[in-house]
Amino acid sequence: MTVPLLEAAGLTVDIAGRRIVDGLDLKVGRGERLAILGQNGAGKSTLLATLAGLRPPAAGSVHLGGTAYPALAPRIAARRRAWLGQTQTDPFGSTVLETALTGRHPHLGRWAWESEGDAELARSALAAVGLGGLERRPIHTLSGGERQRLAIAALLTQASPLYLLDEPLAHLDLNHQMAVLELFADAPRNDGAAVVMVLHDPGLAHRFCHRALLIYGDGRSSQGDVDTILTAERLSELYGYRLSMLEKDGRRCFLPE
Amino acid sequence: MPSRGRALLILAGLGLLALGSFWTALAVGSLQLTAGEVAAVLLGGDVAGADVVLQLRLPRALAGFACGGLLALAGALMQVLLRNPLADPYILGVSSGAGVGALFAILFGWSAWGIDGLAFAGALGAMVLVFGLAHGDGSWTQTRLLLTGVIVAAGCGALITLMLAVAPEAKLRGMLFWLMGDLGQAGRWWPPLAVLVLALVLALPFARELNLLSRGLMQAQALGVAVGRLRYAIYLLASLATAWSVTTAGSVGFVGLVVPHLVRLAAGNDQRLLLPASALAGGSLLVLADTLARTLVAPQQLPVGVLTALIGVPVFLFLLSRQPR
Repeated sequence: MTVPLLEAAGLTVDIAGRRIVDGLDLKVGRGERLAILGQNGAGKSTLLATLAGLRPPAAGSVHLGGTAYPALAPRIAARRRAWLGQTQTDPFGSTVLETALTGRHPHLGRWAWESEGDAELARSALAAVGLGGLERRPIHTLSGGERQRLAIAALLTQASPLYLLDEPLAHLDLNHQMAVLELFADAPRNDGAAVVMVLHDPGLAHRFCHRALLIYGDGRSSQGDVDTILTAERLSELYGYRLSMLEKDGRRCFLPE
Repeated sequence: MPSRGRALLILAGLGLLALGSFWTALAVGSLQLTAGEVAAVLLGGDVAGADVVLQLRLPRALAGFACGGLLALAGALMQVLLRNPLADPYILGVSSGAGVGALFAILFGWSAWGIDGLAFAGALGAMVLVFGLAHGDGSWTQTRLLLTGVIVAAGCGALITLMLAVAPEAKLRGMLFWLMGDLGQAGRWWPPLAVLVLALVLALPFARELNLLSRGLMQAQALGVAVGRLRYAIYLLASLATAWSVTTAGSVGFVGLVVPHLVRLAAGNDQRLLLPASALAGGSLLVLADTLARTLVAPQQLPVGVLTALIGVPVFLFLLSRQPR
């Protein structure tokens, strides 16, 4: 039996005295894609940051490739998972290429500089998100959507087997939303990388993920195959609003009633 | 793309600038020397005025270079620590603490050693106070650190004003010169120079991690930076560098804020280049400014802090205006 890329056991997460997840057990293996869905403020990002080891859980443990976080050096962790934050702030200037190259940090020695090989990786990542040819642009001249795609390119250069994405579709147009999701769903390109992503559209979650984790914001959560768990009834309860489901060619669309 | 070759080239250029600043500082003054004479003096030749160069000008230039380098380095580190382009070495109250100590010592007529000692103690006191207060609940966020530092600095500023208000006329000039920064009173040159070298040696291995830290705490952590430890280390390093510079030369303004930005405008924000380049450029700027300070209206000496600002402001505005949008 292979070790899962990500495993949470009895994971309890609190924020500001509120319990958002209570005793969660979760396993993500190679090539698997898991969507996290829930209302605003339900704790999706906090849970994702906990899974990324960026904040300590209230109880329980998170294992990355078989090692629990406190025992995992930050550098080693960075080679086992890549995390996309919700906001990108740039107080200082930088170029697009330099920003894409930040993903190479955990692969470089303390005194090493980025090699031509690293630059090639970064250029192909930029091309993959449709930013080819913008390498020398200062980042503060990018639009919100371009900045988001640059953050995704930096993530790709990190070349880790597990991606943890917090709202990867933020600021993106419809075409770029599909392009990004297809990029992460393209298993051969990603060398079978697993993806855990916070999404807002249950229809896209159904189309691009194998499983979904629903967070209710009061400690309850449920998970399962997208076909069984992404239903009008469950999602209506999750979002506190009546939804009806349309199905076409095996794809689902959820409409507010 | 950042490359080591380009960085070394720029550093070599700045090294030449530093040498040029030293040559000017050694040659210019009430006793003018030619380039050949300066070289002869440095090689141990028996030239008229050798004492002036070796006993007065060289130590003063070395101390000035060290202080300028320390301030620029500390400024660059503070800007990363607070992720704020407006941060400078004095923003967290280190220099104000030193000012309180130094002015107290001047007010009570202590010796030069007493002034230096109390200034350093004041700097350390402010540093510990800000750290303790900002760290209080363990959050240690940028905003909390910044606010705590600014408030402690304001408190020290009030004490400084109080001492200036009650000081006798005879001591006022010395106190004002200390506050504006003055290399005329600089003590031994080698301790600040050693601290500068040590600070660079400690900071450079972490330069790429500082690049990531300047982009965001969680991003840096996710990319494998031990953020908590790194931030403590930068705070400590930047504060000690500032304390040492301020103790040696008083609170010379402007160098710590503007030199890192000058370098950033000219060469980019890669800390692997920015940190050593800032140290070289800051040191050169202070040496040149000090040379002007003691020659411009000779035999009277101006406080060097005024000159750093007078040189730095137009240069900075020029670079800013030719920056493409």
